[in-house]
Amino acid sequence: MRSQNEFSYGGDATVKRPELNKEVSDKDWDNFVYNRKSLRGKHKELWQHISGCRQWIKVERDTATHEIFKTVKAHEDI
Amino acid sequence: MQKYSIFNLIKNAFSGHQKWDLAWKDATPKKEYDVVIIGGGGHGLATAYYLAKEHNITNVAIIEKGWLGGGNMGRNTTIIRSNYMHDDNALFSEFGMDLWRKMSQDLNYNVMFSPRGIINLAHSDAQMNVFARRGNSMRLNGIDAVLLNREEVKEIIPMADFSDNVRFPIFGGLMQPSAGTARHDAVAWGYARQADSMGVDIIQNCEVTGFDVVGGKIQGVRTSRGDIKVKKIGLCVAGSTNILAEKLNMTIPVETHLLQACVTEPVKPVLDSVVTFGAGHFYISQSDKGEMVMGGDLDGYNSYAQRGNLPTLQHVLTEGIAMMPFLSKLKMLRTWGGIMDMSMDGSPIIDKTHIEGLYLNCGWCYGGFKATPASGWTFAHTIAQDRVHKLNEGYSLSRFNTGHLLDEKGLGTKTWIS
Repeated sequence: MRSQNEFSYGGDATVKRPELNKEVSDKDWDNFVYNRKSLRGKHKELWQHISGCRQWIKVERDTATHEIFKTVKAHEDI
Repeated sequence: MQKYSIFNLIKNAFSGHQKWDLAWKDATPKKEYDVVIIGGGGHGLATAYYLAKEHNITNVAIIEKGWLGGGNMGRNTTIIRSNYMHDDNALFSEFGMDLWRKMSQDLNYNVMFSPRGIINLAHSDAQMNVFARRGNSMRLNGIDAVLLNREEVKEIIPMADFSDNVRFPIFGGLMQPSAGTARHDAVAWGYARQADSMGVDIIQNCEVTGFDVVGGKIQGVRTSRGDIKVKKIGLCVAGSTNILAEKLNMTIPVETHLLQACVTEPVKPVLDSVVTFGAGHFYISQSDKGEMVMGGDLDGYNSYAQRGNLPTLQHVLTEGIAMMPFLSKLKMLRTWGGIMDMSMDGSPIIDKTHIEGLYLNCGWCYGGFKATPASGWTFAHTIAQDRVHKLNEGYSLSRFNTGHLLDEKGLGTKTWIS
């Protein structure tokens, strides 16, 4: 069990950057940069163990109860 | 409606104050309204009031999931100010300051508006330069701003730490003397009472479960207390905007986060203005009851919890004690949290949407309370006239798409880069 203080929040993990070398509409950029679902309940999000091993991880957490269901490495699917 | 006055107070004293009218009715929903406002907080109540008062639209319902003023209206730190640099924010907020000054008379309800001034402390020469620039911008927009040097700040808040060996010495500050505080609950109750008296139905314990949208037009709203036919709906649900947006298949430039506040035990008068720490995020004022009212940063991750965690509170109070060391001797009386609409540029949204008849009022970040009257006034105009007012033009939903961001402080959802 690590202290919350060691971690830094990285936001919604389901947001995908538009692919390179493809036509990208303003709407696509808008969705990538600004628009968020910000779900109540289970939320997949990125955290960094910034005061520790500095790894990025994906966490599935309940945004109303803070219960954590699952954690995986950043490149893995949750 | 019974007028609140000294004469009525004396008259009612003879009957032991048992015969006062109820301030507002507990309405049950009708089948159809001209306008439905979702959210019975300050902004929703103010919107309904100005719809009735300024636009003669009185067939209006306010639908509230919980109880009136029980969300952020009852959880804020009651600060009122218009110390903004950008024109859109400055003119909107200063319009609001005028409404605040007249509010107690206008609503026939004492909202205890107290223009005690706000001081933003500066802790470096560079910060003094930035404050001078913001102060000049404010004055160009007709807002009072005074740049104070270290000695002038010391005269106003001698209890702050002015010793030389501190990490963030006080260089001076920017003061808006006309800023202040008000009694937050009274604002909600005052608006509710007046709106009710003009025919607005205030419906509490009524949750929105869905919307009827046909051909891109609003036709009605479904609630836990029955379906309502309506052509115009105003969303005033900061803290739950993402939840309702999902029911409308909308994704909006807002994330829902948690902000904490706290008060100490009441003490004798020591601080007669609002003060903010310039090297972090901490603000403090003293309530009329004597409690030191404090707040600061977001908890820093998406949250609907309405209660906070300790690390952020510790961090915020460390800043407070660095600024005013006497605070360490006080006992904490209460801490609480509210859920905020954090917009991506730190400024709110008051606009129409792509759905005809659906109007959006959200994204208030740290500053919803002070905006209550101006938000209600401009939102009522936007709904009644089906077009935005000049004052809320800058608060458009499309600005994120077009790049016309209103990044007053560069503070959006991401406290970790602030």
